[in-house]
Amino acid sequence: MARLSLDHVTKSFADFDAVKNVSIDVADGEFLAVLGPSGCGKTTLLRLVAGFEKVTSGEIRIGNNVVSNSGGSVAPEKRRVGIVFQNYALWPHMTVAENIGYSLRVAKLDKAVARQKVEDALALVNLQGLGERRPANLSGGQRQRVALARCLVAAPSLVLFDEPLANLDVHLRASIEDEFAAFHKRTGTTMIYITHDQSEAIALADRIAVMDHGRLAQLATPRELYHEPANEMVASFISQGMLLPADVLTAEDGGHCKVRVLGTELVVRCRPGERPRAGAKICCRSADLGVSPDGPGLNGLIKRVVYKGGGARIEFAPVAGPDLTLHFEQPDPVRLESGAQARLRIQSGWLIPAAAAEQSLGA
Amino acid sequence: MPTRIRESRGQEMALTAAVAVVIVLLSLLPMLRLIEEIVAPGGTLSTVAAEAGLRSPTTWIATWHTLVVGIGGTLLAVLSGTLVAVLVSLTDIRGRSALVLCYVLPLMTAPQVTALAWLQLFGPASPFLKLFGAAPPLGTKNPLYSTSGIILLLGVQYGPLVFLLVRAGLRKLPRELVEAARAGGAGWFTVLVTIVLPLMTPSIMAAAALAFVSCIGNFGIPAFLGIPANYLVLPTLIYQKLAGGGPAVLGETAFLSVLIGVIAMAGILAQEMMSRRRDYRISSTSLPAEPYELGRWRPVVQAGMWLLIVLVLFLPLFGLVLTSLVPGYGIALTAKTVTLDNYRFVLFEHDAANRAFFNSFWLSIAAAFFAVVVAVPVGYLIAWGKQRWVRLLNLAVELPYALPGVVLAIASLLLFLRPIPLTGIQLYNTVWIILYAYLARFLVLALRPTISGYHQIDRALEEAAQVAGAGLFTRMRTIIFPLVAPGAIAGGLLIFMTALSELTVSALLWSSGSETIGVVMFSFEQGGDSNYAAAMSVITVAVTFLLMLVTNLLAPYLPSGVLPWRD
Ligand SMILES: Nc1ncnc2c1ncn2[C@@H]1O[C@H](COP(=O)(O)OP(=O)(O)O)[C@@H](O)[C@H]1O
Ligand SMILES: [Mg+2]
Repeated sequence: MARLSLDHVTKSFADFDAVKNVSIDVADGEFLAVLGPSGCGKTTLLRLVAGFEKVTSGEIRIGNNVVSNSGGSVAPEKRRVGIVFQNYALWPHMTVAENIGYSLRVAKLDKAVARQKVEDALALVNLQGLGERRPANLSGGQRQRVALARCLVAAPSLVLFDEPLANLDVHLRASIEDEFAAFHKRTGTTMIYITHDQSEAIALADRIAVMDHGRLAQLATPRELYHEPANEMVASFISQGMLLPADVLTAEDGGHCKVRVLGTELVVRCRPGERPRAGAKICCRSADLGVSPDGPGLNGLIKRVVYKGGGARIEFAPVAGPDLTLHFEQPDPVRLESGAQARLRIQSGWLIPAAAAEQSLGA
Repeated sequence: MPTRIRESRGQEMALTAAVAVVIVLLSLLPMLRLIEEIVAPGGTLSTVAAEAGLRSPTTWIATWHTLVVGIGGTLLAVLSGTLVAVLVSLTDIRGRSALVLCYVLPLMTAPQVTALAWLQLFGPASPFLKLFGAAPPLGTKNPLYSTSGIILLLGVQYGPLVFLLVRAGLRKLPRELVEAARAGGAGWFTVLVTIVLPLMTPSIMAAAALAFVSCIGNFGIPAFLGIPANYLVLPTLIYQKLAGGGPAVLGETAFLSVLIGVIAMAGILAQEMMSRRRDYRISSTSLPAEPYELGRWRPVVQAGMWLLIVLVLFLPLFGLVLTSLVPGYGIALTAKTVTLDNYRFVLFEHDAANRAFFNSFWLSIAAAFFAVVVAVPVGYLIAWGKQRWVRLLNLAVELPYALPGVVLAIASLLLFLRPIPLTGIQLYNTVWIILYAYLARFLVLALRPTISGYHQIDRALEEAAQVAGAGLFTRMRTIIFPLVAPGAIAGGLLIFMTALSELTVSALLWSSGSETIGVVMFSFEQGGDSNYAAAMSVITVAVTFLLMLVTNLLAPYLPSGVLPWRD
């Protein structure tokens, strides 16, 4: 178990920056998820930590040791990290037990001790008795657990997962997700978990690092990401947040301020120290919206009603901003129809901090 | 200033260095030595050798002949290979794997065996023609001792080469491209001419270039068919000069071998330029097109294909076997004359033949073994290496095989004519110089399937071992070698089959005591002992076919395309 720190890490391939100036501190025993759309540099980040790629600039430390900087890079076999690969990467020419015991064999551990450790690892992932099988004769979930056992048997200081559930069907995902969580609790190993699936990240992680085009967009707890996104990308990426143009009318007071959105005024949550400004954005969740036939609100047109079972997702275009689409859920019985006029109320929202403020905070 | 980190990459550097040394010794050194001989023989810049070569009329006659049979053989190979590939790949012809196997087999037999087999079929002494009493009277010239004879056999030998490349291309042809044309109202023949063949241009061009280089570098066929008619091409001219003049004429032959090299390069460059002229890239990948239904033509087409196979495979082999069973030149095969004496003679009585079997077997085994051992690390650097310069390695390893064999043979002679500096070891006139040339020439045959093996393996398998703490050598031994072994070993078996009856290189490098099977076969044939030559050929062909069967056992573990005869 160890702390992991990335300090202004950049990785360029030719003239393309796959990872740009990323700084993350992962505490000992923490479960950190790295979340982001496909191609944003998550795998590259993980490969930098593992040592398969060398940093272009910046520094990576595991525990108290510098393992990568522009002056060199400790070979992956010397880093004592474990990886669970997306496609498991089990060696087809070895049995399950040989796969799991490989790192012990490389470390020239006493045979009897190694055998016992392999047995323990098999028991840990509920695969007792399957040691003599070949990986080809296992189901997807079993392979995933072998991969997990293989990376844990050497007691690595840090375990890295690269989209470990992407190749499994939905049923298995949930149960293995539970196993990962239980596992983390039991062993207290520091874990870095890469995924493009937010529900996975939110369910498992202590903190989530959201990445966008190689940059770290926000590093925060799942709750904070949802309620207080630091920028527009995070706001719209997490749970399909809606972004609306706003003018801040009053300075922050008790975590709230008054804004004007599409011609109506409302009070939203905000960071301390916000002052009045124009051209701001607020982020709303579908739970923040509701139909308000009589009270104050936005007039507009129902564009689409998609029945979802037990309720419907409704898309709404306000008259004041016909290019915007707001969406919200309405439980059965659904009365709204597409093409109809409606009136919508925004109950709450979050004021996205100004870009400059975010930068000063991130530095 | 960042703190320095101890990287401990010693094993990687050791591997890279070892590979670099092997490549320099086997690929770059001989080529550089050859160039030195042309530009600066004896250490001083001079154009004497080149001028002498350019002034000699025999040079120009042989060059002309080389071009004639090279281009003729290429055309024939391209026409026949492409036709067979289209029929096999795009129609609903039956018995496809058997057809492919039989059609590709001539590629697996040495050119001089093909030559010998065909000569036995048509000559006045042909036991086959005598079976029907159809042999021309003794003393008649064998019709194959001619330009067209050489072109015909080159076409037969290398048609399968074209076939393999074009077939690989046709397999990648997405069916949508064909179906779109069909939907647009084009008939099958129109689709073939307007869509399929144009899209296959790069494959056909590449195949033509390969066939051209093989044709102009071929020694066995023009040696068996051309020398008796005094029709010399560059490889046979070099052979005759060396056989007559020894090391004294080495400078002259160096010039001639570079000339062949230049012609080969010109062929490859021409192909590059033609393929670049238009964009033939196929972007999508999908299932291959539905086969065209031949309908009532199917039996006709099938019969035609099998007739072709009987002509190019079974009849020649049959002729060869018959010749190996009669006691002497021009004797008809009857129940009374049939004998195994020829086999007994070459296997147990004739000293040189005995030595040749011994030499060829161990040379082939050594070359195959070495290539397998070296191909794994070299393939690792080429397929997975991060440094860009290692890709040049690939080029360097391809060179001794891509260039005609005589080029490498002459380069090896130049390199080892004098004892190796510092050690005083003499390779010239020993069997070791042949081994050196085999190692250099055939390494790429094991390297190619190994590299395609690497491309099929998920790199994560190695990375998983790396995070488990395994250093490079441990990973090589426990993870990488077991995974790429089938490809490397199949390559090794291909090398064994090719080297066993190899003639081009050993004809120039052999000395008394270091004869190879090919060399002894050649000298039997030149001395008029075709029956002995035929017996030796039958033995090597049998060994080759047996090995193919053994290699087939590896097939389930191999990337597709490694075993040329498997469809
Ligand atoms: N070895 C490489 N060479 C060049 N570009 C690369 C390499 N590895 C990754 N990239 C590029 O870096 C970007 C991020 O890739 P990756 O880290 O795999 O994304 P993710 O895992 O988030 O989907 C992609 O645009 C990818 O094309
Ligand atoms: Mg990825």
